[in-house]
Amino acid sequence: MLLSQYLFFFLSFVAVLSALMVILDKNPVHSVLFLIVTFFAIAGHYLLLNAQFLAVTHIIVYAGAIMVLFLYVIMMLNLNKEIEPHKKNIPKVAAVISAGVLMMCLVALLKGAEVQMLPAARNSNIGLVDSLGKVLFKEYMLPFEVSSVLFLAAMVGAVFLSKKEIH
Amino acid sequence: MLTFIIYKSILVLIVFLISLGVAAYATYGERKVAAFMQDRIGPDRAGPFGIFQPLADGLKMFMKEEIIPTVSNKFLFILGPSLAMLTALMAGVVVPWGGKLAIGDHFYPLQITDINIGILYVFGVVSFGVYGIMIGGWASNNKYSLLGALRASSQMISYEIAMGLAIVALVMKTGTLSLGEMVAQQGTGGWWNIVYQPLGFLIFLICAFAETNRAPFDLPECETELVGGYHTEYSSMKLGFYLFAEYINIFISSAVISTLYFGGFNLPFQSHIPLDGNWLVIAQTAFFFGKVIFFIFFFMWVRWTIPRFRYDQLMNLGWKILIPLAIFNILATGVLMYALGKV
Repeated sequence: MLLSQYLFFFLSFVAVLSALMVILDKNPVHSVLFLIVTFFAIAGHYLLLNAQFLAVTHIIVYAGAIMVLFLYVIMMLNLNKEIEPHKKNIPKVAAVISAGVLMMCLVALLKGAEVQMLPAARNSNIGLVDSLGKVLFKEYMLPFEVSSVLFLAAMVGAVFLSKKEIH
Repeated sequence: MLTFIIYKSILVLIVFLISLGVAAYATYGERKVAAFMQDRIGPDRAGPFGIFQPLADGLKMFMKEEIIPTVSNKFLFILGPSLAMLTALMAGVVVPWGGKLAIGDHFYPLQITDINIGILYVFGVVSFGVYGIMIGGWASNNKYSLLGALRASSQMISYEIAMGLAIVALVMKTGTLSLGEMVAQQGTGGWWNIVYQPLGFLIFLICAFAETNRAPFDLPECETELVGGYHTEYSSMKLGFYLFAEYINIFISSAVISTLYFGGFNLPFQSHIPLDGNWLVIAQTAFFFGKVIFFIFFFMWVRWTIPRFRYDQLMNLGWKILIPLAIFNILATGVLMYALGKV
């Protein structure tokens, strides 16, 4: 086997294991830290696909910014007790049913899937910042700009919600 | 292949040892600079002019009793300073320390790796650096530590934005994300980037102070309010690692500032200097370290001159002054580039 294949299996193992630990660990701070490990493993997968720009942005945005905010909130609210609040039965049943439906959909979708290479994936430069920028700002200009407007709207909403009311 | 691996390993080892050495002597330098500014003598007991002081300090750190609070989370308590040290040392990988050394027929560039997203890699490592402080502060199970950690994280997140926007303007100008390429551009014709990006440099410099938790932004370890900040509960070499990581961060920030804005390892009027081959490479590396040491001195100079900010002042400066200024800088850069027909 090639070195990249060993790396692939190692990273996949780390990603799945730490993702499992996110939901199995009862301490919220540990869960967040395992989620960061998962993000790093996924960034490693991006690197294997020669998408360095994507890998680094993934680290900066998810591990460097979003998870810091998660950790921040958990520390501020002092949620570090290892006890779970007792939940009622109806939400539990609803959760089991919806998770089962999701599982069924995924199995139905993936049952007929074949492993094949996408034509774009053969181009090894697709993940580099040059080609990514050209694709984003030439072919997908409108969706890109619309999604940034969406982000702006969400940001304005968040600022508005957190602002103290002025009488 | 084997020589390649050996050469890279030696280079990594050298950069690692230099980072540690410079950081150790930065602690000595800081005390001497502080003493000079306050009209004192400073450390002068260990060796001539006290130059063995860092060794004595290091020995003391190792010999001290190590206390781990019983109510803390032991694994995370140890992970905190380890992460701080790890992230501090990681950024040195992409910094170009010099040109290409010629040994025999082979050329050996004095840069561990020139990845095409070098500046983003530095940025990623910086953004990850906050975890060492946060995890350590939380695992201490002490309210002062936690407050220090929360301050540190909010401060670093706030100033990362302005720092990133300052870099965006620089990337617009240079058209590359690779540090090696940026240095090459500043060497062959044209001026250093500081001439084209003075405002960007100022923003980057201020953010570098905030990211390394140095005065005037050292609120995470504000003694008057928080005992010792995030490392209140730490003792022995774990405390040493936190303090040491700060000095390594200063060293790496100085190296990145010199690379981005002050021509990297290029000498001024390089083409007129009658040096060639390896001598030029050595002179360039020496000059680069000269720049780096100047910036380390600058960090100390500011620390012993300017008093600490208040927390709301810090946030106002970050969000209401630096970010709009950085956005203005991007706009101005774009307009100028368009006007001069460089797009």
